[in-house]
Amino acid sequence: MIAALALILLFQLGGEATAQALALPLPGPVLGMIALVAGLALSPRLRATVTPVADGILAHLSLLFVPAGVGLVAQLDVIRSAGPALLLALVVSSLAAIAVGALTFTLVARLTGSAPE
Amino acid sequence: MTDAALIWSYLSRDPLVWLAATLAAYWIGDRLSLAAGRKPWANPVLIAVLLLAVLLVGTGTPYRAYFEGAQFVHFLLGPATVSLAVPLWRNAPLLKRAALPVIAALLAGSVTAIVVALAVAAAFGVDDVLLATVAAKSATAPVAIGVAERMGGEPTLAAVLVLMTGLIGALVATPLLNALRITDWRARGLSIGVAAHGLGTARAFQVNPTAGTFAGLGMGLNAILTALIAPWLLRLFL
Repeated sequence: MIAALALILLFQLGGEATAQALALPLPGPVLGMIALVAGLALSPRLRATVTPVADGILAHLSLLFVPAGVGLVAQLDVIRSAGPALLLALVVSSLAAIAVGALTFTLVARLTGSAPE
Repeated sequence: MTDAALIWSYLSRDPLVWLAATLAAYWIGDRLSLAAGRKPWANPVLIAVLLLAVLLVGTGTPYRAYFEGAQFVHFLLGPATVSLAVPLWRNAPLLKRAALPVIAALLAGSVTAIVVALAVAAAFGVDDVLLATVAAKSATAPVAIGVAERMGGEPTLAAVLVLMTGLIGALVATPLLNALRITDWRARGLSIGVAAHGLGTARAFQVNPTAGTFAGLGMGLNAILTALIAPWLLRLFL
C-alpha cells in the first residue's frame, strides 16, 4: 500500500515537474497518468503493486468532488448573475455532446464493421 | 463545564471539524442515495455539497476556513487522476478492437461539449473569465481545474461547473440515448464518459458493465484531449 501510494505520488510529481519544466499545456497529473499507462504496459511488477491501491482511490472518486463542490457558497455572487446562462450552457452542451458522441460512435462502428460486444 | 459556544469557537478553527464534516456529509449522502435505490437525482455528492453548504452558511463559516480541513480530501484529486491510468490500461484492448469508433466519438463529443458550452455562454454575454472557466467542464475535475487556472478562469467555480456537468450527464444520458434509439452499450458508455467524466462513468457502471468500461475509457481519453484542445477552442470565443 505504501509502495503504491509512493509510486502514484512520484508519477504525479514527475508529471508536475515535466509540465513546469517544458511549459506544457497538460496538467501535471494528466502527464503522470500517461506515464503510468506506459509503465503499467511495460512492468508486471508495477501493475501488481499499483493496481489495488489505484482501484481503491477510484472507488471513492466522487467523494473527492465534495470540497470543490462546496465552493459553490463562495461563488454565490457569480451564480446569481451568470448562473442561468452557465446552467443553460451546461445542459445544452451535455445533451449535444452525448448525442453527437453516441451517434458518431454508432455510425463509425457500422462503417468499419465493428460489432457491439 | 465549558460553554458549548467556546468549544465550537475553538474547534471551528481546527481543520479536523471540516474534514470530519466532509466525510460525514458524504456518508449521509451515500446512505440516502442507497435508500433511494441509486437514482441519478439522489447523487451522494450533491446531497453532501448541499448539507455542507447549509452548514457553512448556517454557522457563518467562510469557504476558506472550510477548505483548511477539506483540502486533505481535495488533494487526492491529483493522485486519483494518476490512478485513472489503471482503468485506461485495463481498457486498452477495447480501444484496439474499436479504435476508429472510439477516436471519432471522442473527438466529436469533446469538441461538441466545449464549443456548444462556449457558444451558449458567449451568446448570453458571459465575461472572458467565466468563458475560460466553462470551457473544460466536461473533463474530470483535476484536469478542468488545472486547465481553467491556466486559461485565466476561476478554479473554484470550475469545480462547481464540473460537478454540475457530471450530474446533468448522469441525469439526461439514459432518457436521451433511449430517445435516440442507441442500443450499442459501447456508444452509450463512451459518449457519457466523454461528456460527463467520473459521475457519468459511475452512472454508466450502474446501468451496464460494458457501458461503464467504455465510459471510463472516454473519461480518461477526454482528460488528455480537453487539456490539449480547450485553450485553442477558447481563443475562438475571446
